[in-house]
Amino acid sequence: MAVTKTRPKTELKKLLIKVCVGTGGLAAGSQAVLDKFSRQLKSGGIKAEITKKCTQRTGCRGFCAKDVLVDVIRNGKKSTYQFVDTDKVSRIIKEHIIGGTPVKEWLAGPEYEAFHSKGTKVLLKQCGEIDPEDIESYIETGGYKATKKALKMKPEQVIDLIKKSGLRGRGGAGFPTGQKWELCSNAEGSPKYIICNADEGDPGAFMDRSIIEGNPHSVLEGMIIGAYAFGASRGYVYIRAEYPVAITRLKLAIKEAEKKGFLGNNIGKSKFDFDIRIKEGAGAFVCGEETALIASIEGARGMPRSKPPFPVYQGLWGKPTVVNNVETLATVPLIVFKGPKWFSSIGTKTSKGTKVFALTGKIKNTGLIEVPMGITLKEIIYDIGGGCPGNRKFKAVQTGGPSGGCIPASHIDMPVDYESLQEIGSMMGSGGMVVMDDTTCMVDMARFFLDFAQNESCGKCLPCRVGNKRLYERLKDITEGKGREGDIEFLLSLAEDIKISSLCGLGQTSPNPVLSTIKYFRDEYDAHIREHRCPAGVCEAFRKYIVNAEICKMCGKCFKECPSGAITWKRKQPAFIDRDKCVKCGNCYEVCPFHAIL
Amino acid sequence: MAGLATSLGAGAATNSLAQMPDIDMLFLFGSNPTEAHPIVSIYLKKALRKGAKLVVGDPRQTWMAKRADVWLNLHPGTNIAIMNGLVHIILKNGWENREFIAKRTESFDEIKKHVKKYDPKTVEKITGVSKEKLVEAARLYSHADKAMIVYGLGVTEHRTGTENAMAIANLALVCGHIGRPSTGIMALRGQNNVQGASDLGPSPNILPGYQPVANPEVREKFEKAWGVPISPKAGLKSVEMLDQACGRSFKGLFILGEDPAQTDPNSNQVRKALKSLDFLVVQDIFQTETTKYAHVILPGSSFAEKDGTFTNGERRVQRVRKAIAPLAGMADWQVICKLSTLMGYPAEYSHPSEIMDEIASLTPPYGGISYERLERQTLQWPCPTKDHPGTKTLYTDLFSRPGGLAKFMVLDHKGSGEMPDKEYPFVLITGRIREHYNNGSMSRRVSGIMELIPEEHIEINPDDATHLQIKENDLLSVSSRRGRVSVKARITKRMQTGNVFMTFHFPEALSNFLTSEHRDPIAGTPEYKSCAVKVEKT
Amino acid sequence: MSKGKIKIKINGKKISCSEGDTILNAANRAGIKIPTLCHDYRLEPYGSCRFCSVEIKGMARLLPACTTPAADNMDISTDSETVQRIRTRLVSLMLSNHPNDCMRCEADGDCSLQDLAYEYNVDGSEYGGERWDLPIRQANPFITYEPNKCIVCGRCVRICNEVVMAGTIDFTGRGFNTVPDTAFRTARTLSNCEFCGQCVSTCPTGALTDKKGRGKGRAKDFKKVRTTCGYCGTGCNFFLNVKDNKVVKVTSDYNGPVNHGNLCIKGRYGYDFIHSPDRITKPLIKKGKKFVEASWDEALGLVAKKFSEILKKHGPDSCGAFSSSRCTNEENFLLAKFVRTVFKTNNVDNCARV
Repeated sequence: MAVTKTRPKTELKKLLIKVCVGTGGLAAGSQAVLDKFSRQLKSGGIKAEITKKCTQRTGCRGFCAKDVLVDVIRNGKKSTYQFVDTDKVSRIIKEHIIGGTPVKEWLAGPEYEAFHSKGTKVLLKQCGEIDPEDIESYIETGGYKATKKALKMKPEQVIDLIKKSGLRGRGGAGFPTGQKWELCSNAEGSPKYIICNADEGDPGAFMDRSIIEGNPHSVLEGMIIGAYAFGASRGYVYIRAEYPVAITRLKLAIKEAEKKGFLGNNIGKSKFDFDIRIKEGAGAFVCGEETALIASIEGARGMPRSKPPFPVYQGLWGKPTVVNNVETLATVPLIVFKGPKWFSSIGTKTSKGTKVFALTGKIKNTGLIEVPMGITLKEIIYDIGGGCPGNRKFKAVQTGGPSGGCIPASHIDMPVDYESLQEIGSMMGSGGMVVMDDTTCMVDMARFFLDFAQNESCGKCLPCRVGNKRLYERLKDITEGKGREGDIEFLLSLAEDIKISSLCGLGQTSPNPVLSTIKYFRDEYDAHIREHRCPAGVCEAFRKYIVNAEICKMCGKCFKECPSGAITWKRKQPAFIDRDKCVKCGNCYEVCPFHAIL
Repeated sequence: MAGLATSLGAGAATNSLAQMPDIDMLFLFGSNPTEAHPIVSIYLKKALRKGAKLVVGDPRQTWMAKRADVWLNLHPGTNIAIMNGLVHIILKNGWENREFIAKRTESFDEIKKHVKKYDPKTVEKITGVSKEKLVEAARLYSHADKAMIVYGLGVTEHRTGTENAMAIANLALVCGHIGRPSTGIMALRGQNNVQGASDLGPSPNILPGYQPVANPEVREKFEKAWGVPISPKAGLKSVEMLDQACGRSFKGLFILGEDPAQTDPNSNQVRKALKSLDFLVVQDIFQTETTKYAHVILPGSSFAEKDGTFTNGERRVQRVRKAIAPLAGMADWQVICKLSTLMGYPAEYSHPSEIMDEIASLTPPYGGISYERLERQTLQWPCPTKDHPGTKTLYTDLFSRPGGLAKFMVLDHKGSGEMPDKEYPFVLITGRIREHYNNGSMSRRVSGIMELIPEEHIEINPDDATHLQIKENDLLSVSSRRGRVSVKARITKRMQTGNVFMTFHFPEALSNFLTSEHRDPIAGTPEYKSCAVKVEKT
Repeated sequence: MSKGKIKIKINGKKISCSEGDTILNAANRAGIKIPTLCHDYRLEPYGSCRFCSVEIKGMARLLPACTTPAADNMDISTDSETVQRIRTRLVSLMLSNHPNDCMRCEADGDCSLQDLAYEYNVDGSEYGGERWDLPIRQANPFITYEPNKCIVCGRCVRICNEVVMAGTIDFTGRGFNTVPDTAFRTARTLSNCEFCGQCVSTCPTGALTDKKGRGKGRAKDFKKVRTTCGYCGTGCNFFLNVKDNKVVKVTSDYNGPVNHGNLCIKGRYGYDFIHSPDRITKPLIKKGKKFVEASWDEALGLVAKKFSEILKKHGPDSCGAFSSSRCTNEENFLLAKFVRTVFKTNNVDNCARV
């Protein structure tokens, strides 16, 4: 898969095929598709018409639900195919590339357009456009211009510029980036360090991974500019070992940047020395917490340290250290290049710019979206996400990952910005957005997140280590029908105590799912505890395994799925479950299209 | 201790242990604190964690040597050459502390001239340490703000032991690294009360408080206090007493709590001397190799059975308190009192505190020390008066030599008394391991310790082992010109080729049958740290 | 860090302290007691147990006094309702995963958790849920580890890694199952353990105890005698724990000016030679080839007689004595005096002139 260093622009206009090779795409088989395009174009007598350098890998373009996505740009006209597999390659080549007529039935539909058009692509713009394994491809589209510009400025001018832009940390808490840099710049001690936090651990989140896979140089550029601004001499990218594609591309990007002189000694003849190392994490969720991440880089067990003192004063090896999230860093070169005014024109008064979210859960269009701050939840869920599948009722959305909270449907008109989310008991977090419909049990969801939190607790501080375990156990009891009067009060008071007494962000926020679900869905808790009923029908302990004959459409699906012969059914008769034979496997419940089984 | 006393004035560590965590640069020489002084090592480790630079001089690659910025892997017995070489490098590069040298020392010009011949190339040849390492060590030591030299028995247990200590003093003086907190020379003491025993007069030529027997004024003071004339003639050193016992002119010996038959080198010779005595009394808590030769054995009392004081390696006088009644009914001090009385010199003290009061009245550095004060605080001597707080750092102002100046000593490399040769090709180094202690009479009776380390091993480098076809735990015969022992092999990279290491904790495989008769002529200290041996598979 | 003076308020009391001081240090100096569990001044501040959490005006969360540096004009409360509530919560959470079998615990009467449970009057029974059921670990001569009693304060782990730097134990597992242990749970004898017992000395509960002292008495039974170690020349202090005129244990003296409670294998565990059956407890006189027990009077009478004879016959310089650096200052002084006043010679030496 050789990559061209100088690509003749005229050729580009003629024909370019872009295949998504993000982790999502690769999982859907994009490498094979890419190979097949290359192979077939090379052979088969079409050499005369097009160059052999016409296939290009690109990073994630967000809409992973439709992978493999392939762009065919022929004579300047772009068509996007969805769900491409190797079997479709020959026909696309034959009919579209040679014949000039796109294969209509395989083209991406209107959702694809909607998914992209509603958002504001700033950060993700180049993801899916440029070749992430070729620095030239980045430079051609304006890459490293920001670095060159920054190096001509005074460091404090760069800090000032970032401060003016209003950029806030995209990792969760939303601390103003420029201010963080300034604090570190003024902190005593040397050397100073900059760390890129790419330890993306929230379940279902893949914003950082996609940015690194799609545009690794933008992150490096952000680090270089930051390091120059506050005087760091070394950077670390702390990235989970579970992201092999991102790591490979990042390593390559560092090597290429070194070759081009953007990393190393005396960068751009500015007497500024800076290098970047990669530290692979072992996948502990808590290592996304900056002090635990620092401990992990130091070779210690990834356990957080008490703040204050903050890392900007005493961080890596006890030296002043800035930890920035991937998305934050990737935004920096854009701000430097386009100016703070451009950036602050997007978003709300206190939350500037755009934010990338990973939209998952009970939603039609799952994938990566970039939206301006202040957009309403409604726009995200319905206009971009297309609503819940099967037109089920939207119930709530969990933002901020396991540490965040759920936002009920009643707040759907709420703007998405740091303050509003916090006010309602959730948080921005790193950008996970899990959508829930009426088939989601909120108690079960809280149980799921607490299970995650108690498993991922590093074990250092008592409230998180034992407290979360006790929260989880009580929630589990409730979902298993063992709830008792007073459990809600027990959960509320324990959750509150864990929040205010835990050591790090994990413990301080892990009870959020409990608190927010009790706040907005207390009736579901009551139903579990008092009425021994799960309104969403999720908690198996409450299933009675009785067929509601009034709803039953007599289709017989349950009869076919029953492994123990407990169901009797005849045509045009409602099914019947023999409870003596029933093993409560739940197959009938899952398969019934009409929710007729109680 | 004569070494530091000659150069600086007093034979004692110049600083305090508690100052160690603040040092910037640690020069550890001939000391393996993680094994022999674990609690001192805790202080040093703290300094290292805070970023202190570390230079280690040791023929073995110890725990500290492994972590050192520079490991000076010298041949055993080449200490003076190393020190002279470092001074040479420092002077040549102009890294010396000229102000300090001018204001606080004497005889600098002599040493300046003298060390010229110890250029790095020559020193490398003598010591086996590369020039680069020497220069880096000299740079690190001379450039540090708070640099401390910590040395142990690897310096003193050579025939040039006293001179080795002087050579170390030269290095510290040339850089002015002495007389400030966390900056000085610390000698780590092997036994609990080495310092106290040195301080309080059981020495042939000095009375308590380092007051010379030869000085009539001093004798007069003691004669007045004790009411008997004091012999003006210096007495015999222990080794001389034993020599004269063989020559039959020395007849009667009282040994309090020592085991020369095991812990002195060249054990065969020592045992012969003990056998020759007309009358030998040994007071000890256990039967030892030495008690075998006694005519009367008196039961000793352990530290748990008596009141008293110990003085540690940083000159700190601390209480020992009676926890249980003496098992034999009498504590050691009571036995001496009774014997004295029986022999016509009544010694009546009702409590050791009264002995301390007498010490204070006759021994200037202990002048302000009393049990009453020690209940409230520990005190580091010099503590001359009742209201003196004790001294954490020596020589902040003046050295305790005549004129208040420290003296550079001109010293030459002499090497060990016995060098390896064709017949005895290995150098045997002896020392301690963490779990055991000296002759082992205590530690070998601790349940658990014997479970962990039940027997002696000889440490040998893997290359030497391969050459001799030795495998781990093979039983080896180790012999020198003086004796032979059988011991199991432990193959470890800690050892350099040509060197082997044994402890002296186990009477069954006693390294002191092998060690040489060479001694430091000034202090009489035996050369435990280097002798030539042959290693064979049995 | 610069050492400017700053002013803070604790429980309404105005206090002046140095910049960079932790709240805990400032409070302690002002005589205000803040309970701690994971704190040991031999270790770096850690902040894991959260017991020392205090309320600071303007902060939503409580902050641990042990790690939080005092800042100018901080208004701190160490006994507010919230602080008390959290402390109660913490004790009960700890007890919710603890055997609570004080009646047969080695550490009874010497256990911080027991004290706190008494003070806050909770037992942790309200939580139910899982409790550890881990096997007792004692495949070594000195240290018994009962992980079920561990409160995961991390003191043992830190003293092993920070102070001793042996690296024998560290945290293993995650979440609720986080527990200090050796790598791969191998026996300590195979895990580089120095058996200094530092971990035992810092353990606030009965999780780590001295194996040799087990069953031989509890804290309240002992006479504790502060003394100085008789092994090497460092001069560590510790307590001999005595019961029925027997030394059964050594415990740390945290105020020891030299060692601050730190000890090595010999200092902490090397005491049983005191009561060894090999001890010489009666004077012995050699008769023929054998040693025969004698009374003190008989033995000392003989010694006096023999020395007197030799001295009379051969003069003062025919006799001498070796003193010992193992003995006390007083004994060394006395022996030197004895030789000079009774033998009337200077033939006295010791092995200490090195």
